Amino acid sequence: MSFLEALPIALLGALFGLDVVSFPQAMISRPIVAATAAGAFIGNPPGGLLIGVVLEMIALDTLPFGASRYPEWGSAGVVGGALFAAQPSGMPGALPSCLLAALLTASISGWSMVMLRRMIARRLARTRDQLEAGSRDALLSLHLSGMSLDLLRGALVTIVAMAVFAPLVKAIVAVWGSESAASHAVVVVIAAIVAGGALWKVFHSVRHVLWFFAAGLLVWSALLMTR
Amino acid sequence: MVGFADDEMTTVSPARDLPPRVKLAMYFRLFALQGSWNYETLNGTGVGFAMEPALRLLPGGLNGQQYRAALARESRYFNTHPYLAGVAVGALARAELDGVEASRIERFRTALAGPLGSVGDRLVWASWLPFCSLVAIGVFGAGGSALAVVGTFLLLYNAGHFLLRAWGLRIGLSRGLNVASALGNPVLRQGPDYIGRAAALVGGIALPLALQRIVGPGRALVGGIIAAAFVGIVLLALLRERAEGWRIALGVLAVFVLYSVLT
Repeated sequence: MSFLEALPIALLGALFGLDVVSFPQAMISRPIVAATAAGAFIGNPPGGLLIGVVLEMIALDTLPFGASRYPEWGSAGVVGGALFAAQPSGMPGALPSCLLAALLTASISGWSMVMLRRMIARRLARTRDQLEAGSRDALLSLHLSGMSLDLLRGALVTIVAMAVFAPLVKAIVAVWGSESAASHAVVVVIAAIVAGGALWKVFHSVRHVLWFFAAGLLVWSALLMTR
Repeated sequence: MVGFADDEMTTVSPARDLPPRVKLAMYFRLFALQGSWNYETLNGTGVGFAMEPALRLLPGGLNGQQYRAALARESRYFNTHPYLAGVAVGALARAELDGVEASRIERFRTALAGPLGSVGDRLVWASWLPFCSLVAIGVFGAGGSALAVVGTFLLLYNAGHFLLRAWGLRIGLSRGLNVASALGNPVLRQGPDYIGRAAALVGGIALPLALQRIVGPGRALVGGIIAAAFVGIVLLALLRERAEGWRIALGVLAVFVLYSVLT
Protein backbone atom coordinates (compact mmCIF):
# COMPACT_ATOMS: atom_id res chain seq x y z
CA MET A 1 0.00 0.00 0.00
CA SER A 2 1.51 3.31 -1.09
CA PHE A 3 1.50 6.50 0.97
CA LEU A 4 -1.18 8.00 -1.28
CA GLU A 5 -3.39 4.93 -0.90
CA ALA A 6 -2.95 4.99 2.88
CA LEU A 7 -3.79 8.69 3.18
CA PRO A 8 -7.62 8.35 3.02
CA ILE A 9 -7.40 5.47 5.50
CA ALA A 10 -5.37 7.74 7.78
CA LEU A 11 -8.11 10.36 7.51
CA LEU A 12 -10.69 7.76 8.57
CA GLY A 13 -8.43 6.74 11.45
CA ALA A 14 -8.13 10.38 12.48
CA LEU A 15 -11.90 10.93 12.52
CA PHE A 16 -12.67 7.71 14.36
CA GLY A 17 -9.76 8.30 16.76
CA LEU A 18 -11.14 11.76 17.52
CA ASP A 19 -14.52 10.27 18.40
CA VAL A 20 -13.08 8.11 21.20
CA VAL A 21 -12.73 11.01 23.64
CA SER A 22 -12.63 14.46 22.05
CA PHE A 23 -15.57 14.79 19.65
CA PRO A 24 -18.43 13.76 19.43
CA GLN A 25 -18.24 10.44 21.33
CA ALA A 26 -21.06 9.07 19.18
CA MET A 27 -19.26 5.71 19.24
CA ILE A 28 -18.48 5.72 15.54
CA SER A 29 -15.11 4.74 17.04
CA ARG A 30 -16.40 1.34 18.15
CA PRO A 31 -14.62 -1.33 16.10
CA ILE A 32 -17.88 -2.71 14.74
CA VAL A 33 -18.40 0.67 13.03
CA ALA A 34 -14.81 1.72 12.33
CA ALA A 35 -13.69 -1.60 10.82
CA THR A 36 -16.83 -1.87 8.69
CA ALA A 37 -16.36 1.68 7.40
CA ALA A 38 -12.72 0.95 6.54
CA GLY A 39 -13.77 -2.29 4.83
CA ALA A 40 -16.38 -0.39 2.84
CA PHE A 41 -13.73 2.14 1.87
CA ILE A 42 -11.51 -0.66 0.53
CA GLY A 43 -14.54 -2.09 -1.31
CA ASN A 44 -15.21 -5.05 0.98
CA PRO A 45 -17.76 -4.08 3.67
CA PRO A 46 -18.50 -7.71 4.72
CA GLY A 47 -14.78 -8.25 5.37
CA GLY A 48 -14.59 -5.12 7.50
CA LEU A 49 -17.74 -6.17 9.35
CA LEU A 50 -16.38 -9.65 10.12
CA ILE A 51 -13.21 -8.42 11.80
CA GLY A 52 -15.18 -5.52 13.31
CA VAL A 53 -17.48 -7.95 15.12
CA VAL A 54 -14.53 -9.96 16.46
CA LEU A 55 -12.84 -6.75 17.66
CA GLU A 56 -16.12 -5.52 19.17
CA MET A 57 -16.38 -8.70 21.25
CA ILE A 58 -12.85 -8.12 22.54
CA ALA A 59 -13.54 -4.41 23.08
CA LEU A 60 -16.41 -5.30 25.44
CA ASP A 61 -13.66 -6.02 27.96
CA THR A 62 -12.47 -2.40 28.08
CA LEU A 63 -14.74 0.37 29.29
CA PRO A 64 -13.60 3.98 28.85
CA PHE A 65 -13.91 5.06 32.49
CA GLY A 66 -12.58 8.61 33.01
CA ALA A 67 -8.86 8.67 33.69
CA SER A 68 -8.31 4.91 33.29
CA ARG A 69 -5.98 3.73 30.53
CA TYR A 70 -7.64 1.74 27.80
CA PRO A 71 -6.91 0.70 24.21
CA GLU A 72 -8.05 3.11 21.52
CA TRP A 73 -10.41 1.17 19.26
CA GLY A 74 -11.26 3.85 16.67
CA SER A 75 -7.98 3.99 14.76
CA ALA A 76 -7.35 0.31 15.54
CA GLY A 77 -10.71 -0.65 14.04
CA VAL A 78 -9.85 1.26 10.87
CA VAL A 79 -6.45 -0.46 10.61
CA GLY A 80 -7.94 -3.93 11.23
CA GLY A 81 -10.82 -3.36 8.82
CA ALA A 82 -8.64 -1.95 6.04
CA LEU A 83 -6.02 -4.71 6.36
CA PHE A 84 -8.52 -7.57 6.44
CA ALA A 85 -10.72 -6.18 3.68
CA ALA A 86 -7.68 -5.93 1.41
CA GLN A 87 -6.77 -9.66 1.76
CA PRO A 88 -7.85 -12.12 -0.93
CA SER A 89 -10.77 -14.22 0.33
CA GLY A 90 -10.12 -17.70 1.70
CA MET A 91 -6.65 -17.01 3.10
CA PRO A 92 -6.47 -18.87 6.45
CA GLY A 93 -3.96 -16.53 8.07
CA ALA A 94 -5.74 -13.31 7.17
CA LEU A 95 -8.13 -13.04 10.12
CA PRO A 96 -5.66 -13.93 12.92
CA SER A 97 -2.85 -11.76 11.55
CA CYS A 98 -5.10 -8.73 10.88
CA LEU A 99 -6.67 -9.14 14.32
CA LEU A 100 -3.22 -9.18 15.90
CA ALA A 101 -2.28 -6.03 13.98
CA ALA A 102 -5.48 -4.29 15.15
CA LEU A 103 -4.92 -5.26 18.79
CA LEU A 104 -1.33 -4.01 18.70
CA THR A 105 -2.54 -0.76 17.11
CA ALA A 106 -5.20 -0.38 19.82
CA SER A 107 -2.55 -0.78 22.49
CA ILE A 108 -0.11 1.70 20.92
CA SER A 109 -2.90 4.16 20.17
CA GLY A 110 -4.08 3.97 23.79
CA TRP A 111 -0.55 4.91 24.86
CA SER A 112 -0.58 7.83 22.39
CA MET A 113 -3.74 9.14 24.09
CA VAL A 114 -1.93 9.20 27.42
CA MET A 115 0.93 11.16 25.81
CA LEU A 116 -1.55 13.62 24.33
CA ARG A 117 -3.25 14.17 27.69
CA ARG A 118 0.14 14.91 29.27
CA MET A 119 0.95 17.30 26.43
CA ILE A 120 -2.34 19.18 27.01
CA ALA A 121 -1.56 19.37 30.75
CA ARG A 122 1.85 20.91 29.98
CA ARG A 123 0.20 23.44 27.70
CA LEU A 124 -2.35 24.17 30.40
CA ALA A 125 0.45 24.85 32.88
CA ARG A 126 2.01 27.35 30.47
CA THR A 127 -1.28 29.24 30.06
CA ARG A 128 -2.47 28.97 33.66
CA ASP A 129 -2.12 32.69 34.40
CA GLN A 130 -4.24 33.62 31.39
CA LEU A 131 -6.86 30.99 32.26
CA GLU A 132 -7.00 32.22 35.85
CA ALA A 133 -7.54 35.71 34.48
CA GLY A 134 -10.57 34.41 32.54
CA SER A 135 -9.05 34.71 29.08
CA ARG A 136 -11.48 33.40 26.50
CA ASP A 137 -8.74 33.23 23.88
CA ALA A 138 -6.52 31.08 26.09
CA LEU A 139 -9.37 28.68 26.84
CA LEU A 140 -10.49 28.35 23.21
CA SER A 141 -6.90 27.94 22.05
CA LEU A 142 -6.22 25.19 24.61
CA HIS A 143 -9.44 23.39 23.77
CA LEU A 144 -9.25 23.60 19.99
CA SER A 145 -5.54 22.73 19.91
CA GLY A 146 -6.29 19.67 22.05
CA MET A 147 -8.87 18.50 19.54
CA SER A 148 -6.60 19.25 16.57
CA LEU A 149 -3.73 17.32 18.16
CA ASP A 150 -6.06 14.39 18.83
CA LEU A 151 -7.07 14.39 15.16
CA LEU A 152 -3.41 14.42 14.17
CA ARG A 153 -2.66 11.67 16.68
CA GLY A 154 -5.27 9.37 15.13
CA ALA A 155 -3.97 10.05 11.62
CA LEU A 156 -0.35 9.38 12.60
CA VAL A 157 -1.16 6.16 14.47
CA THR A 158 -3.20 4.90 11.51
CA ILE A 159 -0.66 5.75 8.84
CA VAL A 160 2.27 4.31 10.80
CA ALA A 161 0.28 1.16 11.65
CA MET A 162 -0.70 0.72 7.99
CA ALA A 163 2.89 1.24 6.86
CA VAL A 164 4.18 -1.37 9.32
CA PHE A 165 1.39 -3.95 9.28
CA ALA A 166 0.31 -4.00 5.61
CA PRO A 167 3.55 -5.64 4.38
CA LEU A 168 3.87 -7.72 7.57
CA VAL A 169 0.37 -9.18 7.26
CA LYS A 170 0.99 -9.92 3.58
CA ALA A 171 4.17 -11.81 4.47
CA ILE A 172 2.51 -13.72 7.33
CA VAL A 173 -0.48 -14.74 5.19
CA ALA A 174 1.89 -16.00 2.48
CA VAL A 175 3.71 -18.43 4.81
CA TRP A 176 0.76 -19.34 7.08
CA GLY A 177 0.97 -23.00 8.15
CA SER A 178 -2.24 -23.69 10.10
CA GLU A 179 -5.45 -24.93 8.44
CA SER A 180 -8.28 -22.55 7.68
CA ALA A 181 -10.84 -24.11 10.05
CA ALA A 182 -8.39 -24.22 12.96
CA SER A 183 -7.30 -20.62 12.35
CA HIS A 184 -10.89 -19.39 12.44
CA ALA A 185 -11.62 -21.55 15.47
CA VAL A 186 -8.76 -20.03 17.48
CA VAL A 187 -10.01 -16.51 16.71
CA VAL A 188 -13.57 -17.45 17.60
CA VAL A 189 -12.56 -19.06 20.89
CA ILE A 190 -10.49 -16.02 21.87
CA ALA A 191 -13.36 -13.64 21.03
CA ALA A 192 -15.90 -15.81 22.87
CA ILE A 193 -13.77 -16.05 26.01
CA VAL A 194 -13.04 -12.33 26.17
CA ALA A 195 -16.66 -11.35 25.45
CA GLY A 196 -18.07 -13.87 27.96
CA GLY A 197 -15.54 -12.81 30.60
CA ALA A 198 -16.33 -9.16 29.91
CA LEU A 199 -20.07 -9.70 30.33
CA TRP A 200 -19.45 -11.36 33.68
CA LYS A 201 -17.06 -8.60 34.76
CA VAL A 202 -19.54 -5.85 33.85
CA PHE A 203 -22.82 -7.40 34.94
CA HIS A 204 -21.98 -9.87 37.72
CA SER A 205 -23.45 -7.57 40.37
CA VAL A 206 -26.85 -7.36 38.61
CA ARG A 207 -29.40 -9.63 40.31
CA HIS A 208 -30.39 -12.83 38.47
CA VAL A 209 -28.08 -11.96 35.58
CA LEU A 210 -27.00 -15.56 35.03
CA TRP A 211 -30.64 -16.61 34.65
CA PHE A 212 -31.14 -13.98 31.99
CA PHE A 213 -28.02 -15.16 30.17
CA ALA A 214 -29.22 -18.75 30.40
CA ALA A 215 -32.62 -17.69 29.03
CA GLY A 216 -30.79 -16.10 26.10
CA LEU A 217 -28.91 -19.33 25.46
CA LEU A 218 -32.22 -21.20 25.50
CA VAL A 219 -33.63 -18.84 22.89
CA TRP A 220 -30.48 -19.41 20.79
CA SER A 221 -30.89 -23.20 21.15
CA ALA A 222 -34.52 -22.92 20.05
CA LEU A 223 -33.46 -20.85 17.04
CA LEU A 224 -30.82 -23.46 16.21
CA MET A 225 -33.42 -26.25 16.19
CA THR A 226 -35.88 -24.37 14.04
CA ARG A 227 -33.29 -23.45 11.39
CA MET B 1 -27.72 12.69 47.36
CA VAL B 2 -24.99 15.18 46.60
CA GLY B 3 -24.72 16.54 50.09
CA PHE B 4 -25.76 20.20 50.06
CA ALA B 5 -27.03 22.06 53.06
CA ASP B 6 -30.80 22.62 52.88
CA ASP B 7 -30.49 26.39 52.49
CA GLU B 8 -28.26 25.89 49.46
CA MET B 9 -30.93 23.78 47.79
CA THR B 10 -33.82 26.13 48.27
CA THR B 11 -32.68 29.72 47.93
CA VAL B 12 -32.12 29.94 44.19
CA SER B 13 -33.61 32.86 42.36
CA PRO B 14 -36.15 32.24 39.54
CA ALA B 15 -34.84 30.85 36.28
CA ARG B 16 -33.68 33.31 33.68
CA ASP B 17 -34.55 31.74 30.37
CA LEU B 18 -31.69 31.66 27.91
CA PRO B 19 -32.14 32.50 24.21
CA PRO B 20 -32.52 29.29 22.12
CA ARG B 21 -29.33 30.05 20.15
CA VAL B 22 -27.34 30.08 23.42
CA LYS B 23 -28.86 26.79 24.56
CA LEU B 24 -28.12 25.28 21.16
CA ALA B 25 -24.52 26.51 21.27
CA MET B 26 -24.09 25.00 24.72
CA TYR B 27 -25.64 21.71 23.57
CA PHE B 28 -23.30 21.41 20.59
CA ARG B 29 -20.28 22.37 22.66
CA LEU B 30 -21.13 19.55 25.08
CA PHE B 31 -20.18 17.08 22.33
CA ALA B 32 -16.66 18.55 22.39
CA LEU B 33 -16.48 18.71 26.18
CA GLN B 34 -13.44 16.44 26.38
CA GLY B 35 -11.42 18.20 23.67
CA SER B 36 -8.82 19.37 26.19
CA TRP B 37 -9.13 16.48 28.68
CA ASN B 38 -5.93 16.24 30.71
CA TYR B 39 -4.67 14.68 33.94
CA GLU B 40 -4.67 18.01 35.79
CA THR B 41 -8.10 19.58 35.32
CA LEU B 42 -9.85 16.53 33.77
CA ASN B 43 -13.12 17.87 32.27
CA GLY B 44 -12.70 21.34 33.83
CA THR B 45 -11.62 23.30 30.79
CA GLY B 46 -14.32 21.50 28.78
CA VAL B 47 -16.98 22.62 31.24
CA GLY B 48 -15.78 26.22 30.83
CA PHE B 49 -15.78 25.79 27.05
CA ALA B 50 -19.36 24.45 26.99
CA MET B 51 -20.68 27.11 29.34
CA GLU B 52 -18.96 30.06 27.70
CA PRO B 53 -21.86 31.09 25.38
CA ALA B 54 -24.13 31.54 28.43
CA LEU B 55 -21.51 33.50 30.37
CA ARG B 56 -21.49 36.15 27.62
CA LEU B 57 -24.92 37.16 28.95
CA LEU B 58 -23.40 38.33 32.22
CA PRO B 59 -23.35 42.12 32.79
CA GLY B 60 -20.55 43.70 30.74
CA GLY B 61 -20.56 40.89 28.17
CA LEU B 62 -17.33 39.45 26.80
CA ASN B 63 -15.19 42.22 28.24
CA GLY B 64 -16.87 42.35 31.63
CA GLN B 65 -15.18 41.46 34.90
CA GLN B 66 -18.00 39.08 35.83
CA TYR B 67 -17.56 37.15 32.57
CA ARG B 68 -13.82 36.73 33.13
CA ALA B 69 -14.20 35.73 36.78
CA ALA B 70 -16.91 33.18 35.94
CA LEU B 71 -14.96 31.72 33.00
CA ALA B 72 -11.85 31.31 35.17
CA ARG B 73 -13.87 29.67 37.96
CA GLU B 74 -15.71 27.28 35.67
CA SER B 75 -12.56 26.17 33.82
CA ARG B 76 -10.89 24.75 36.92
CA TYR B 77 -10.71 21.07 37.89
CA PHE B 78 -13.93 19.15 37.34
CA ASN B 79 -14.72 15.50 36.82
CA THR B 80 -17.94 14.21 35.33
CA HIS B 81 -19.25 11.71 32.87
CA PRO B 82 -19.28 13.53 29.51
CA TYR B 83 -22.91 12.63 28.72
CA LEU B 84 -24.14 13.96 32.07
CA ALA B 85 -21.90 17.03 31.97
CA GLY B 86 -24.91 18.99 30.73
CA VAL B 87 -26.44 18.73 34.20
CA ALA B 88 -23.41 20.52 35.67
CA VAL B 89 -22.95 22.93 32.77
CA GLY B 90 -26.63 23.96 32.86
CA ALA B 91 -26.83 24.25 36.64
CA LEU B 92 -23.58 26.18 36.95
CA ALA B 93 -24.45 28.51 34.07
CA ARG B 94 -27.75 29.34 35.70
CA ALA B 95 -26.07 29.90 39.06
CA GLU B 96 -23.56 32.27 37.44
CA LEU B 97 -26.31 34.18 35.62
CA ASP B 98 -28.41 34.37 38.77
CA GLY B 99 -25.48 35.97 40.56
CA VAL B 100 -24.98 33.24 43.16
CA GLU B 101 -21.88 34.00 45.22
CA ALA B 102 -18.61 32.41 44.09
CA SER B 103 -17.98 30.39 47.25
CA ARG B 104 -21.36 28.64 46.93
CA ILE B 105 -20.74 27.89 43.27
CA GLU B 106 -17.38 26.35 44.12
CA ARG B 107 -18.88 24.18 46.86
CA PHE B 108 -21.60 23.10 44.45
CA ARG B 109 -19.03 22.15 41.80
CA THR B 110 -17.11 20.04 44.28
CA ALA B 111 -20.23 18.28 45.50
CA LEU B 112 -21.70 17.58 42.07
CA ALA B 113 -18.65 16.16 40.32
CA GLY B 114 -18.41 12.72 41.99
CA PRO B 115 -22.05 11.63 41.68
CA LEU B 116 -22.31 12.73 38.02
CA GLY B 117 -19.21 10.70 37.18
CA SER B 118 -20.27 7.50 38.93
CA VAL B 119 -23.92 7.61 37.79
CA GLY B 120 -22.86 8.23 34.18
CA ASP B 121 -20.18 5.55 34.18
CA ARG B 122 -22.63 2.96 35.48
CA LEU B 123 -25.48 3.96 33.17
CA VAL B 124 -23.59 4.58 29.94
CA TRP B 125 -20.20 2.81 29.88
CA ALA B 126 -21.18 -0.20 31.97
CA SER B 127 -24.75 -0.69 30.71
CA TRP B 128 -25.97 1.14 27.63
CA LEU B 129 -22.81 0.75 25.53
CA PRO B 130 -22.38 -3.03 26.10
CA PHE B 131 -26.12 -3.53 25.54
CA CYS B 132 -26.05 -1.72 22.19
CA SER B 133 -22.88 -3.58 21.16
CA LEU B 134 -24.55 -6.91 21.92
CA VAL B 135 -27.66 -5.96 19.96
CA ALA B 136 -25.47 -5.09 16.95
CA ILE B 137 -23.51 -8.35 17.34
CA GLY B 138 -26.88 -10.13 17.42
CA VAL B 139 -27.97 -8.45 14.18
CA PHE B 140 -24.71 -9.70 12.63
CA GLY B 141 -25.33 -13.20 13.98
CA ALA B 142 -28.83 -13.20 12.52
CA GLY B 143 -27.31 -12.58 9.08
CA GLY B 144 -27.66 -8.81 8.94
CA SER B 145 -25.78 -6.81 6.32
CA ALA B 146 -22.97 -4.37 7.15
CA LEU B 147 -25.41 -1.46 6.86
CA ALA B 148 -28.00 -3.15 9.09
CA VAL B 149 -25.44 -3.94 11.81
CA VAL B 150 -23.79 -0.51 11.83
CA GLY B 151 -27.10 1.33 11.40
CA THR B 152 -28.74 -0.56 14.27
CA PHE B 153 -25.82 0.17 16.59
CA LEU B 154 -25.48 3.85 15.77
CA LEU B 155 -29.20 4.63 15.82
CA LEU B 156 -29.90 2.74 19.03
CA TYR B 157 -26.84 3.98 20.90
CA ASN B 158 -27.15 7.60 19.85
CA ALA B 159 -30.87 7.80 20.55
CA GLY B 160 -29.91 7.31 24.20
CA HIS B 161 -26.76 9.41 23.92
CA PHE B 162 -28.31 12.52 22.33
CA LEU B 163 -31.36 12.39 24.60
CA LEU B 164 -29.27 12.03 27.75
CA ARG B 165 -27.14 15.05 26.86
CA ALA B 166 -30.23 17.13 26.05
CA TRP B 167 -32.01 16.04 29.24
CA GLY B 168 -28.95 16.90 31.32
CA LEU B 169 -28.65 20.41 29.94
CA ARG B 170 -32.40 21.08 30.22
CA ILE B 171 -32.61 19.83 33.80
CA GLY B 172 -29.46 21.73 34.79
CA LEU B 173 -30.68 25.01 33.31
CA SER B 174 -34.16 24.67 34.77
CA ARG B 175 -33.18 23.57 38.29
CA GLY B 176 -29.92 25.40 38.87
CA LEU B 177 -28.46 24.56 42.27
CA ASN B 178 -31.49 22.34 42.99
CA VAL B 179 -30.35 19.87 40.37
CA ALA B 180 -29.13 17.27 42.88
CA SER B 181 -32.63 15.82 43.20
CA ALA B 182 -32.64 15.09 39.45
CA LEU B 183 -29.95 12.49 40.04
CA GLY B 184 -32.61 10.45 41.84
CA ASN B 185 -34.38 9.96 38.49
CA PRO B 186 -35.44 6.28 38.20
CA VAL B 187 -33.70 5.92 34.83
CA LEU B 188 -30.39 6.93 36.40
CA ARG B 189 -30.84 4.86 39.56
CA GLN B 190 -32.47 1.66 38.31
CA GLY B 191 -31.69 1.87 34.59
CA PRO B 192 -28.34 0.06 34.85
CA ASP B 193 -29.95 -2.99 36.50
CA TYR B 194 -32.69 -3.28 33.88
CA ILE B 195 -30.28 -2.69 31.02
CA GLY B 196 -27.86 -5.21 32.56
CA ARG B 197 -30.51 -7.94 32.57
CA ALA B 198 -31.52 -7.09 29.01
CA ALA B 199 -27.87 -7.18 27.96
CA ALA B 200 -27.39 -10.62 29.55
CA LEU B 201 -30.46 -11.94 27.71
CA VAL B 202 -29.33 -10.44 24.40
CA GLY B 203 -25.77 -11.69 25.03
CA GLY B 204 -27.02 -15.26 25.47
CA ILE B 205 -28.59 -15.11 22.02
CA ALA B 206 -26.20 -12.80 20.17
CA LEU B 207 -22.77 -14.19 21.06
CA PRO B 208 -23.35 -17.82 19.96
CA LEU B 209 -25.20 -16.62 16.84
CA ALA B 210 -22.30 -14.35 15.86
CA LEU B 211 -19.69 -17.01 16.61
CA GLN B 212 -21.59 -19.47 14.42
CA ARG B 213 -21.55 -17.00 11.54
CA ILE B 214 -17.82 -16.34 11.93
CA VAL B 215 -16.99 -20.06 12.04
CA GLY B 216 -18.89 -20.46 8.79
CA PRO B 217 -20.15 -23.61 7.13
CA GLY B 218 -17.51 -25.96 8.62
CA ARG B 219 -19.40 -26.80 11.84
CA ALA B 220 -17.24 -29.82 12.77
CA LEU B 221 -15.32 -27.72 15.28
CA VAL B 222 -18.36 -26.17 16.97
CA GLY B 223 -18.41 -28.66 19.88
CA GLY B 224 -14.72 -28.06 20.61
CA ILE B 225 -15.15 -24.29 20.31
CA ILE B 226 -18.05 -24.25 22.78
CA ALA B 227 -16.14 -26.40 25.29
CA ALA B 228 -12.95 -24.32 25.02
CA ALA B 229 -14.89 -21.07 25.25
CA PHE B 230 -16.80 -22.28 28.32
CA VAL B 231 -13.62 -23.26 30.17
CA GLY B 232 -11.93 -19.98 29.17
CA ILE B 233 -14.87 -17.85 30.29
CA VAL B 234 -14.98 -19.56 33.69
CA LEU B 235 -11.23 -19.05 34.15
CA LEU B 236 -11.44 -15.40 33.11
CA ALA B 237 -14.44 -14.82 35.38
CA LEU B 238 -12.49 -16.27 38.29
CA LEU B 239 -9.57 -13.95 37.55
CA ARG B 240 -11.93 -10.94 37.18
CA GLU B 241 -10.04 -7.81 38.25
CA ARG B 242 -6.62 -9.47 38.11
CA ALA B 243 -6.53 -9.96 34.34
CA GLU B 244 -7.55 -7.96 31.33
CA GLY B 245 -9.15 -10.19 28.74
CA TRP B 246 -7.99 -8.13 25.76
CA ARG B 247 -4.34 -8.39 26.88
CA ILE B 248 -4.64 -12.15 27.24
CA ALA B 249 -6.22 -12.24 23.76
CA LEU B 250 -3.28 -10.26 22.38
CA GLY B 251 -0.74 -12.63 23.95
CA VAL B 252 -2.48 -15.85 22.87
CA LEU B 253 -3.00 -14.54 19.35
CA ALA B 254 0.66 -13.49 19.05
CA VAL B 255 1.78 -17.00 20.08
CA PHE B 256 -0.66 -18.61 17.62
CA VAL B 257 0.47 -16.39 14.74
CA LEU B 258 4.11 -17.15 15.53
CA TYR B 259 3.35 -20.88 15.66
CA SER B 260 1.47 -20.76 12.35
CA VAL B 261 4.30 -18.88 10.65
CA LEU B 262 7.04 -21.17 11.93
CA THR B 263 5.31 -24.49 11.17
